[in-house]
Amino acid sequence: MASVTFAPDDRYNAFITTLSEAETGPGRLSGIPVAVKDNISTRGIPTTCASRILTGYIPPYDAHVVTLLKQEGAAIVGKTNMDEFGMGTTTENSAFGPTKNPADPSRVPGGSSGGSAAAVASGMVRMALGTDTGGSIRCPAAFCGIVGLKPTYGRVSRYGLIAYANSLEQIGPMARNVEDVSLLMEVLTTHDHRDSTTIPCPYRHTPDPTVRGLKIGIPEEFFGEGVDPGVAAVVWEAVTRLEAQDAEIVTCRMPSMAFALAAYYVTCTSEASSNLARFDGVRYGPQADTRRPWHESFQDQRREGFGTEVRRRIMLGTFALSSGYYGKYYAKAQAARQQVRNDFVRLFRTVDVIAGPTMPTVAFRLGEKTDPLSMYLSDILTVPANLAGVPAISVPCGTTEGLPVGLQIMGQWFRDEKVVDVAAAYEQGVSV
Amino acid sequence: MIEEKDVEHIAMLADIGITREELPEFTGQFNEILDYFNILDQVEETGASEHELANVFREDEIEPSLPQDEVLANTRDAEDGFFRAPRVM
Repeated sequence: MASVTFAPDDRYNAFITTLSEAETGPGRLSGIPVAVKDNISTRGIPTTCASRILTGYIPPYDAHVVTLLKQEGAAIVGKTNMDEFGMGTTTENSAFGPTKNPADPSRVPGGSSGGSAAAVASGMVRMALGTDTGGSIRCPAAFCGIVGLKPTYGRVSRYGLIAYANSLEQIGPMARNVEDVSLLMEVLTTHDHRDSTTIPCPYRHTPDPTVRGLKIGIPEEFFGEGVDPGVAAVVWEAVTRLEAQDAEIVTCRMPSMAFALAAYYVTCTSEASSNLARFDGVRYGPQADTRRPWHESFQDQRREGFGTEVRRRIMLGTFALSSGYYGKYYAKAQAARQQVRNDFVRLFRTVDVIAGPTMPTVAFRLGEKTDPLSMYLSDILTVPANLAGVPAISVPCGTTEGLPVGLQIMGQWFRDEKVVDVAAAYEQGVSV
Repeated sequence: MIEEKDVEHIAMLADIGITREELPEFTGQFNEILDYFNILDQVEETGASEHELANVFREDEIEPSLPQDEVLANTRDAEDGFFRAPRVM
């Protein structure tokens, strides 16, 4: 078996684990170094979710996407840093320290797939896998100046992804250009009966960079309160370039944006409170003291093993699902989620794709965001795609204050090909 | 408004473990976040989904599974092929 030698200068702290010799074989990804986010199970390679509670855990099996990478000959060279269990927007919530943004090392790379984005942006790997629950592929792609795709919910198997919020999250490709994102996406979309939310819908596509006659909806809310004027100007300029390629720009409204962020945080914390109950120090990670009563042992283990943001979200979710509050929070969040979906259904009757900024600002300074709610609010433009399950891509579209800005393109269910095409059109329109 | 004793109760329900010193900060943050969540009070029930939903069934067939020793490899406290866990009573 051939192998790829990997000895990166990881000055940005993008990796939690690296493999100095990675196996490779024949296939479409033969010899290509690929990084995998550390919440995706890799047989024989430690998988931590950037949490102390998984210290020493070595998965006995591969995630479906990892099996697919290996089948195509990819060299899996390392596991990337992230916000613990995917909970964050900066990759600062990691037990292994923050990742730095290669575009400006005094800034965060975005999150939660910040390690994957930094590994790609700095050139240490050609492509990487991220996961996106509320923007965790697109945000770091935008902040680091690379391309990242959150596929349609149900297109990529989550088997072997350590779950945070099952109804929202997808694994997806990250790379420096649209062509590589498209290539990696082809490899990831083989049906897997072990994730019953996937359907057989393989992505077999060569990006077609033409937007002639395409209707692009621009929701006013994506340029509303909280969106930095510098970012808005760069994204408008990008939209104008698509118009110059004969796309039709249609302004529209997405009223459910008023509720989307609250609906997202109630839903993801509720799901997290259930999913993360499995970390009890019995089957893996630091071991529970079996001489002590169950609850005491369990509570000590989790207080020490989980970081503050993870504990905060588990408690918020427990509260939202608890007796007397379920109707006020969880049930209402699901009604709001339905309205988000309905907004997309309505808009897609008249437009082909919807575009706007990926993030309301450029990358924050390391340590800048300390208040949880203000951190949550920065996800406002990425969560609608997860709530509705539609595909969304972030493609670099220029800079403001010298920092990268991402153009986000959202498409119809199972038409990931179309958002890739529009991103390719933008990318090629800029390079000529 | 929720109070420190509410946060202590939630922490107990979630088995998350919390110290007295942590209560004031978590309580303040939760009130700020829950106050933001109150916008959901304005959401009207929309009725039926516009999406078609279908259950995904499969036959309950036995498939290969991991060997016992691999499953137990990540615990330091296995005994006679079982995981040892803290006592319940």
